[in-house]
Amino acid sequence: MSNRNPGQNRNAPPPRGPGRGRHMGPPVSLKESLKGIDMPTLKRLLKYLGKYKFRLIGVCLSLVITSYCGVQASRFLGVLIDEHIAPLLLEATPKFDGLILALAKMVVIYLVSIIFTYLYQRLMISVNQGVLKEVRDSMFSHMQTLPIKYFDQNQFGDVMSHYTNDTDALRGLIGSIPSLWAALTDIVVVGASLLSLSVWLTLFILLFTFLMMKITKFITTHSGKYFVRQQAAVGQVNAYVEEMINGQKVVKVFTHEDECKEEFDKRNEELFFVASSAAKYGNILGPVMNNLGHTLYALLAIVGGAMYITGVQNLTLHGFAPLTLGAITSFLQMSRSFTNPISNISQQVNSIVQALAAAGRIFNLMDETPETDDGYVTLVNAKVLPDGSVTETKERTGVWAWKHPHQDGSLTYTRLRGEVTMKDVDFFYVPEKQVLHDISMYAKEGQKVALVGATGAGKTTITNLINRFYDIADGKVRYDDININKIKKSDLRRSLGVVLQDVNLFTGTVMDNIRYGKLDATDEECIRAAKLVNAHGFISMLPDGYNTLLEGDGANLSQGQRQLLSIARAAVADPPVMILDEATSSIDTRTELIVQRGMDALMQGRTVFVIAHRLSTVQNSDVIMVLEQGRIIERGSHDELIAKKGKYYQLYTGAFELE
Amino acid sequence: MHMIKRLAACVRQYKKPALLSPLLVAGEAAMEVLIPTLMASMLDKGIDAGDMGYIAKMGVLLVICALISLFFGVMAGRCSAVAGAGFAKNLRHDMFHRVQKFSFANIDKFSTASLITRLTTDVNNVQGTFQMIIRMAVRSPLLLIFSMVMALRISPKLSLAFLCVMPVLFGGLMLTMTKAHPFFEKMFKSFDKLNRTVQENLRSIRVVKNFVREKHEEEKFRDASSDVYRFSTGAEKVLAFNEPLMKGSMYVVMLLLSWFGARMIIASGNNPANGMTTGQLLAIISYAQQVLGGLMFLSMLIVFITISRAAAERIVEVLDEEIDMVDKENPVTEVRDGSIVFENVSFSYSRDMERLCLTDINLEIKSGQTVGILGGTGSSKSSLVQLIPRLYDVTAGSLKVGGVDVRDYETRALRDQVAMVLQKNVLFEGSIKENLRWGNYEATDEEMIEACKISHAHDFIMQFPDKYDTHIEQGGANVSGGQKQRLCIARALLKKPKILILDDSTSAVDTQTDAEIRNAFRTMIPNTTKLIIAQRVQSVQDADLILLLDEGRIVARGTHDELMQNSDIYREIALSQRKGVTDNV
Repeated sequence: MSNRNPGQNRNAPPPRGPGRGRHMGPPVSLKESLKGIDMPTLKRLLKYLGKYKFRLIGVCLSLVITSYCGVQASRFLGVLIDEHIAPLLLEATPKFDGLILALAKMVVIYLVSIIFTYLYQRLMISVNQGVLKEVRDSMFSHMQTLPIKYFDQNQFGDVMSHYTNDTDALRGLIGSIPSLWAALTDIVVVGASLLSLSVWLTLFILLFTFLMMKITKFITTHSGKYFVRQQAAVGQVNAYVEEMINGQKVVKVFTHEDECKEEFDKRNEELFFVASSAAKYGNILGPVMNNLGHTLYALLAIVGGAMYITGVQNLTLHGFAPLTLGAITSFLQMSRSFTNPISNISQQVNSIVQALAAAGRIFNLMDETPETDDGYVTLVNAKVLPDGSVTETKERTGVWAWKHPHQDGSLTYTRLRGEVTMKDVDFFYVPEKQVLHDISMYAKEGQKVALVGATGAGKTTITNLINRFYDIADGKVRYDDININKIKKSDLRRSLGVVLQDVNLFTGTVMDNIRYGKLDATDEECIRAAKLVNAHGFISMLPDGYNTLLEGDGANLSQGQRQLLSIARAAVADPPVMILDEATSSIDTRTELIVQRGMDALMQGRTVFVIAHRLSTVQNSDVIMVLEQGRIIERGSHDELIAKKGKYYQLYTGAFELE
Repeated sequence: MHMIKRLAACVRQYKKPALLSPLLVAGEAAMEVLIPTLMASMLDKGIDAGDMGYIAKMGVLLVICALISLFFGVMAGRCSAVAGAGFAKNLRHDMFHRVQKFSFANIDKFSTASLITRLTTDVNNVQGTFQMIIRMAVRSPLLLIFSMVMALRISPKLSLAFLCVMPVLFGGLMLTMTKAHPFFEKMFKSFDKLNRTVQENLRSIRVVKNFVREKHEEEKFRDASSDVYRFSTGAEKVLAFNEPLMKGSMYVVMLLLSWFGARMIIASGNNPANGMTTGQLLAIISYAQQVLGGLMFLSMLIVFITISRAAAERIVEVLDEEIDMVDKENPVTEVRDGSIVFENVSFSYSRDMERLCLTDINLEIKSGQTVGILGGTGSSKSSLVQLIPRLYDVTAGSLKVGGVDVRDYETRALRDQVAMVLQKNVLFEGSIKENLRWGNYEATDEEMIEACKISHAHDFIMQFPDKYDTHIEQGGANVSGGQKQRLCIARALLKKPKILILDDSTSAVDTQTDAEIRNAFRTMIPNTTKLIIAQRVQSVQDADLILLLDEGRIVARGTHDELMQNSDIYREIALSQRKGVTDNV
């Protein structure tokens, strides 16, 4: 994956909503920033925005209008002084009709400004939130189609950050587009207005702005250095906190508290140093810009005043004219609306570039190739006709059949039996490392097949090929005598029940978690399944029984209880084929014995693949296959293998270790 | 109020910059407030009057003001940087140290994930607000007050214009904030739900795919993302009133000032001696801007404080968490021997006699004995042994180690003598040696090798390229389950404890090695009392005493032979596990 970004907040908790993701990247000059813009990503983003083009045009127009109104408001003071105060001072009986008219005009301008300010914000909210929702939804929908391989290859934290940090950055990005537009509009509108008042003073402002940009760059360069170090220090502290809090009970058992404190304090101190150093520079940016603004204000007054008094010919866009007191006032009013956008613009572009990188990561996820599914054989409800043939029905009969369309347009139905055969199967996770060699095996309807072998021998891999989490490199896998590749993946998986060693539960009630196996199961069905696998006992002991809320992956349950729940979940699905991958590893042997009885009932009439660490669990299997380094080295029933005195015998008598 | 006090106490050695910062900010604000007045004089007496010397004089003053203000501002920025980072450091320090004092019961109360969030994200939020408070919370009101005073000095009558608008604006801002707040609360909740849905989906992706629940998951996600959309939009729509409100107020003030100001100037003939001048009007307008801007900042500050309040509360919860296990005064510091006596011990995690995990346990273990403990899931085997190193306190009855009640010991002394290998054990990032040294800081290489030989870890360690210096990844991800368990046993052995407790610590070790480890225990550490929780009868059958637990009670006790004779359950377990082996070997 190209969009891995190790070290970037992998474990950071998700930012919560707007306004939290204060972001400060390393400083880059405007030119470099512009070069860094990722055009394809930008284009793609624009496509999303395209849906809202009328609203966006509305936003841009509103911004131009409010910018123009802002300039009019700033200039009004000058107009007030030049046209409605100075001339009236000379009159004996001043008439205020002109002033009233001017104020009335301003009322209109102000109202327009207020209305369009509100309008642009409202429009932007619907654009921004609308795009975000669409991006989130399509990102998640697309993720559901990705093959298991994607989840193997990408770290949890990295994927998670697409939904948190990256989406947050995208929100900022969409928001910054109108800001950038507003800044540009201000520069043009205010600039034109300044030029129309005085070219000389405008040049003076430009000169000063240049100075401000240099100072800004100096400060951000220094703070940037520390901000990078700060990221690293934050990572150090967070990693330590995470490791020690997770291992807190071990810390206590070993009375290791003091050593932990010492190490933590060391890292905490380092974070303090770099964080305060970074903030020392970061914090002064505001006062520096603010007071440079004051300085410019003062200098403008001096220069403007000198021009006014000495009567220097003032060049304006309309030609030469004397500088008026009102013009100086307007200039002072507008100077900040001109310098602020200019000195901010490089930072804005810089943050857009960074946000584009985040947007790029989101789009990369959406571009991941989905799991291919060329299957056309589907699973349907069926009934057996008196003549023994199978046909499709609408209602749920408990009998299932594979519906197999052929090229000539005819349809055949094969009753679902749950037979799995593998012939000469080779498999690689990565090209250079072959995991399975020449695997051939068969499981007849209702048989119990056990896979035994050391970690890494390939037991789980075989089951992963049956449910097509991965595709084989060479050989054949057939299910009920149908090439497994022809079966629609979702139907294939629905016919298999898988219980994994690592139990994953969802936030919700115990009942919800069991029902996950069959979404339309009634409460009675769920309880029956729980009883079948002997989970009913402990569930009834929980504070709210089946309605007990499970949170944090069932943190309030023991490992064994969690496994029982996951078995119940598979039981309620009632699939013809079951794969039990170390499903009872955390259940003590006595409970296992009881569960086993339930499981035996569950396994009745089903094909079952069992992977187990404890050999006692597998000895009553019809076939036991011993795997070593991706090859089947022994096969047979328990008695046959014991009599053979081979590897299985050694494992069984404890001469070899399974881990 | 308590919360503020508690947090303020964490400023400690950074009190100086924390107090200096608002003082400097006050200086900055004072200088800034002077600027419009100086400007007014310059306009009236300099530019309008054509006095170049006066312009120069005022200009220099203005620049000096700006420079002083700059100096104060920069110093304040630096002070608040140190104070803010220092405050955050102290918060993290206090919380982390507090957690180190936690008992198991305290740890159980907070989930580890929530503790981590409190130590990281929550501290960041509170730090940000703290910095804002020591700068903005002083600056905005000061600027507001100074500006108001200056404006009143120029013209109380004109100042009325914005004094009237002020409450309207402030009221309006507060109204939008209160209206937006419930939306924000809901929005945060919906974000949590959204993130949780993604997290669970990622963690359980194999379950999702096996059960073909992709569509179901999508629905769950869409449900959450619609909530996020609805509440975010709701909150932002309310907040969208703020800027127009602010602009509107400013414009009303401008109109009022322009009308009355112009009339006053004309009445006075623009003569400072007679009243209002143009320069003064401009100054009042500047002050009005500062006052209204200050109000805006204040209302934003209130929002920030309310948002970070929840984070602050979570931090204080940790700091205030009462440690429910403290050493007695003059505690016993030496554990005489490894004998253990339970006298009518009952135990409940919630200290509720109605919901007991262990009921009326009476048990005597002599120093040096080996005790095996068997029982089903939830039979409270772990709870029983966790009482011995006083990880939890008994709810009733008494528990003596070495003849002394465990509550009379110094906890550290007791735990140094009672080594326990937990069921959910962890290794830490670092070399094997570093991990082993957790047992004993001064352990020599020979001692480590000896411990590893007992736990049968030595052989596989020597097969690693870096041997004892092999790097262990976080959580011990790069060693197998069986190897991890053996390293954990060696780590516990290095303590040279009087009592060794193994809580199902060899479940991933094969039977042969398991037997050899037990053999080594017998010959190498014969005087240590050993308690072994196991799932396999084989692991405990040669113990001096075997306990069979069921639902928090000892239902059978004795040696293997005795139990085979007397206990049906024990026999059932033993036979089921030994089936095959006895037949064929």
